[in-house]
Amino acid sequence: MAGTIAGQDRRKAFMLLSPAYLWLTVAVFLPLSAMAYFSFLSDVPFGGKDWHFTIANYRAFFETGTYATLMWKSLKLGLIVTAVSVVVGFPCAYVLAKVVKGRAREALFLLVILPFWSNSLVRIFSWAIVLRGNGVLDRAVNAVLPWDVKLNLMFSPTAIVIGLVHSYLPYVILTSYLALQAIDDSLIEAARSLGAKRRTILWRLILPLAAPGIIAGAVLIFVPVVGSFMEPRLLGGRLGTYYGTVIEDQFVAVFNWPLGAALSFILLAVVLAILAAASPMLKRAAT
Amino acid sequence: MKRLLLTTALALTAGGAFAEEIRVLNWQGYGTDLDWAVAAFTEKTGNTVVHEYFTSEQEMLTKLRTNPGAYDVVLINSAYTAQAKDEGLIDAIDTSKITNFADLDPALTGNEDLNPGGQLSGVPWTWGLTSIAVNTADFAEMPTSLSVLWDPAWKGRVSIRDDGLEAVQFAAMATGQNINKITDMAAVEAKLKELLPQITTFWSSENDWNQFMSAGDFAVATYWSGSAARSLSKGLPIAFVVPEEGAIGWLDGLSIPTSSTHKDAAAAFINWMVDPEFYVKWDAEGAPVSSNTKALAALPETSFNRQLVADPATVARVQFMRPVSDADRETYLKLWQDLKAAQ
Repeated sequence: MAGTIAGQDRRKAFMLLSPAYLWLTVAVFLPLSAMAYFSFLSDVPFGGKDWHFTIANYRAFFETGTYATLMWKSLKLGLIVTAVSVVVGFPCAYVLAKVVKGRAREALFLLVILPFWSNSLVRIFSWAIVLRGNGVLDRAVNAVLPWDVKLNLMFSPTAIVIGLVHSYLPYVILTSYLALQAIDDSLIEAARSLGAKRRTILWRLILPLAAPGIIAGAVLIFVPVVGSFMEPRLLGGRLGTYYGTVIEDQFVAVFNWPLGAALSFILLAVVLAILAAASPMLKRAAT
Repeated sequence: MKRLLLTTALALTAGGAFAEEIRVLNWQGYGTDLDWAVAAFTEKTGNTVVHEYFTSEQEMLTKLRTNPGAYDVVLINSAYTAQAKDEGLIDAIDTSKITNFADLDPALTGNEDLNPGGQLSGVPWTWGLTSIAVNTADFAEMPTSLSVLWDPAWKGRVSIRDDGLEAVQFAAMATGQNINKITDMAAVEAKLKELLPQITTFWSSENDWNQFMSAGDFAVATYWSGSAARSLSKGLPIAFVVPEEGAIGWLDGLSIPTSSTHKDAAAAFINWMVDPEFYVKWDAEGAPVSSNTKALAALPETSFNRQLVADPATVARVQFMRPVSDADRETYLKLWQDLKAAQ
């Protein structure tokens, strides 16, 4: 008797999960396996070209220092953007969750989410207008300060970081907000009534309890930033060559899909390795 | 009654078959997609035109390979025509369907790169130069040498296109080499290494270029002659310069993909594109040099293109680009990528 109930449950679970599995198969598994297949070919298998299986695309990564240099450059960019986003985003999430209430919170939320509603390319171009020499920022600063300042942030790594932080900040705010909201206010009151200072409350109570949210936000930012290509290309000028732009070049400019696919999988492996290496630390923080 | 309806329906579908929709694959803003030109074509033939764009020759080839049947006319640079023909992507041209063909410059219709295997596979449409253009607000006197790109006075206000092949060709000219037979790659590499710190950003489209130039980000940048004519007609304060080291010449043809399902309409469109009536009007807005000798003769004396081809000494300095082997292309790309990554 118990067996049939379990069977029914399983059937129900299967029915409920099937749309998700179908989606995963079609949208994630199939394209990824196609790319994995491409990455082992010597040339694209259409347009009547000759091709065979090879690991040369993966070997290419190790044959020159170029790709490793760029990988390191992209990882550093990912770390910087993540760190800046957390430093800017966490206080904002704290204010949203614990300080403001009611209408003001809704309005602030809207402002946080607003960047998500505009096209990312439009966002980048508006940053270009702001950051360029004699642009909006330059003029604003010169209007306020009495002495002459030359402010041209365009086509520099700073511009790339600003553009990326703006694009990805909502992730860390939203995840931190959810974690902060889950903290019972009476816990903070209890700590305060026991004589804990503000700083102690932040370090010993709020940060540890909000850590899962911060970490989730950080991972959500770090992974796409390491592979980003549009922001570096448009805001970075001649310094805007990163690992992501090289992958994009392989697909768009030089039609070397196999190399592009292999470089993407190496990036995936490196990112997974980093997350795996960091996971004991992340787990400790999350519990 | 029913029969009447049926006949009407049949007549309508038959009528629809005459008014075809052709799909053109080209760079954005490059002649074929001018509103008035498309409207005039639709008025003349009843066919409508839809455009799709590419941002590099490789993307164009990719689109042809991966979307068979999607395009009826494609712009192919003569350096790529043979490759497209060899891959079976484009057909030989039936010149009898192009009534303006007799007026085209025989030197261009006979161009060996447009005639892979002796078959004309791209109708020569326009040609032009890739050279340098300067902001006249910055230059009181026009530079005469390519070395202006390396001049420390313009550091941070120089731009070239983000294209390994073109970068290598410019460096080759600056080191006194033939762009189609580069022998001293070490000199090219050293020259490019010196060039990169000069550069503010790379440009990738005419639109880009115009914006950067009008914002003052560029003082001197590589540019296409056709685009320069267009920017000038829009009132940008620039001058197009053919330096003493030379300039890169290119020839663009219009081809019909093998998989096209509207070949007659496509040929009619190409015929319109080489028509003097179209070209004279296009030239007024800024265009590259036409392949049609009658069209060139019909230009006003002050036209940019008329002046460009008028000086035989300028034309003699042009190095026309030939097809580049995959191996060379890969070498150039790798060199370019390594140099950019080292920034």
